[in-house]
Amino acid sequence: MSHDPWQVGGITLDSRFLLGTAGYPSPQVLRDAIAASGTQVVTVGLKRTLAAGGDNGFVSIVRDALRQQGARLLPNTAGCRSAREAVQLAHMARELYDTPWIKLEVVGDEHTLQPDPFELVIAAAQLVRDGFVVLPYCTDDLVTCRRLLDAGCPLLMPWGAPIGSGQGLLNPFALRTLRARLPGVTLIVDAGIGAPSHAAQALEMGFDAVLLNSAVAQAGDPVAMARAFRLAVQAGRQAWRAGVMASQDFAVPSTPVGGEPVLLGAAS
Amino acid sequence: MASGLRMMEIRLDDRPHGVDDGITLADLIAQLGHLPEQVGTAVNGVFVPRARRVAHVLQPGDAVLLFQPIVGG
Repeated sequence: MSHDPWQVGGITLDSRFLLGTAGYPSPQVLRDAIAASGTQVVTVGLKRTLAAGGDNGFVSIVRDALRQQGARLLPNTAGCRSAREAVQLAHMARELYDTPWIKLEVVGDEHTLQPDPFELVIAAAQLVRDGFVVLPYCTDDLVTCRRLLDAGCPLLMPWGAPIGSGQGLLNPFALRTLRARLPGVTLIVDAGIGAPSHAAQALEMGFDAVLLNSAVAQAGDPVAMARAFRLAVQAGRQAWRAGVMASQDFAVPSTPVGGEPVLLGAAS
Repeated sequence: MASGLRMMEIRLDDRPHGVDDGITLADLIAQLGHLPEQVGTAVNGVFVPRARRVAHVLQPGDAVLLFQPIVGG
């Protein structure tokens, strides 16, 4: 298959696997998982110094690993409940991580951690005006997605399922609708992916990439799982490019026997 | 004016914290032992860029929040 790059905010990427850095059993495992994933974008966060209590060197490991494989940081606004809060945190992230990229998260429900579409659009519009490259974590609602594009987001990151749930693509219809109604828009499935097959499914549906964290970090062997996801993402993308056959509700013989019985004639 | 001898109370990461009257945000960061580039700062919920900390004089009751990089999803 030919070279198949894609772009985020004018930056060309080859890997379609964005990886989160939270919850790994050790900094070394995180480092090895990043390497095994082949990722070119890793997500990071911000935390109050009071609550953080040090990070045991994880962030420096991330920075080292990124330098080694030329990957980029994507800071998030995790934990924000309002547009105002998210905008302030994004500015802080830009200063601390020295990048205009921001994964915009504004939670509207504590149980599902579902994004708040109204606050999300307000925050996105403001951050775009402030010069950010806004990658919004959103639901699969088509109209909300259109509003985010109108606000100036260069791409969308709809959920597959609630964050950390590992349930996969819970609403394939909505995701297929997004893909069909927003042709040419870069779409990344973010959150809810629990297994490599879920990632492959997203790519097979025409999504441009996936972003996940828990499925790798919580695996029995995170490094091996990172490798498995890398392969699944590649397989899914190649399947999309190759053209997945249309499904149908009836059988079609794959062996070309002309529809006639081979030996004994029609059953009486 | 002996402003350096007078104290006032601010809130630092949601806890009461005594500081010299007239202290700047940059001085507070230094007193806490942080390198300027290691933390992000907000006062009363508004981001204060690193370059403006020197000129940002804290007022009694100000709520100062400090943020640091952390892993994330």
